[in-house]
Amino acid sequence: MSLAAIGLRHFVVLSAVLFTLGLTTVATRRNAVAVLMGIELILNAAALNFVAFAHYGHGAITGQVFAVFVVVLAAAEAAVALAIVLSVYRSFRAIDVTRLETLRD
Amino acid sequence: MPGLETLVFYGLAALTVGGAAGVAFSRNILRAAFLLLGALTGTAGLYFFMGADFVGVTQILIYVGGIAVLLLFAVLLTSRIGDVRVSNRALGYGTALPIVGLVGTFLVVAATRAAWRQTEAVAAPTTARIGDAFLREYLLPFELVSIVLLMALVGAMVVARRAVRDAGVAAATAAGVSGAASEPAAELAPSRSATS
Repeated sequence: MSLAAIGLRHFVVLSAVLFTLGLTTVATRRNAVAVLMGIELILNAAALNFVAFAHYGHGAITGQVFAVFVVVLAAAEAAVALAIVLSVYRSFRAIDVTRLETLRD
Repeated sequence: MPGLETLVFYGLAALTVGGAAGVAFSRNILRAAFLLLGALTGTAGLYFFMGADFVGVTQILIYVGGIAVLLLFAVLLTSRIGDVRVSNRALGYGTALPIVGLVGTFLVVAATRAAWRQTEAVAAPTTARIGDAFLREYLLPFELVSIVLLMALVGAMVVARRAVRDAGVAAATAAGVSGAASEPAAELAPSRSATS
């Protein structure tokens, strides 16, 4: 991994680091909103890979199209998940994911 | 003497990784949300670095302007401001970190050792080509994603509206905290005034 020319490898490594940090967040956090932030980091790492492979491979546009899809689906997921978090908070007065063990209306 | 390109890349990478590390390890959930803003902005900068202008602008508009602000709202609505730290204890480092470290090491080693086939990067405006791709090869996914967005929007409103209605009942019986908290929640469910 040369320091001189920034290439595809730099971006893939950076994306792996970003994914790992997102995974750490998802695994260690008990706050549901924080878990959601970890998921956003993981999706970002995936989108970064898409764009990097698109940029350094024949200048194809496909990767960027899929990055836009990732962003859109992340937005939909965040909206629904935050509505659920709000609903759970109203019911339990807490969003600690280890304490939600009952189902109720 | 590293070139300007190298400096810009490592600056943006430091912003991204620093923000992500803050999200992963900060004890304060509000600080984590703000650091997520930094990580998302850094990623947008990396998109610009790779000449992906449309994706970069989309990232700033939707992630930084929309999702991160939504997350901030959720943090403020679901944490008692005085004790943002309480629900944020990170347990399980003992079991999580070895697994995550193993996965991360594997990914980084694989990324550095693999023989990536890399062609000469071309920098050209992408917006017109992306629009073309959306309306030709990816027309069906494009239309499907619009339906997914609509369903997510309606579903989020339904779920959040029930939460607000429950909070209204709770506020009638127990005055004070929950009633005050349900007011900002109404902003997240804009359909409430239209349907009720």
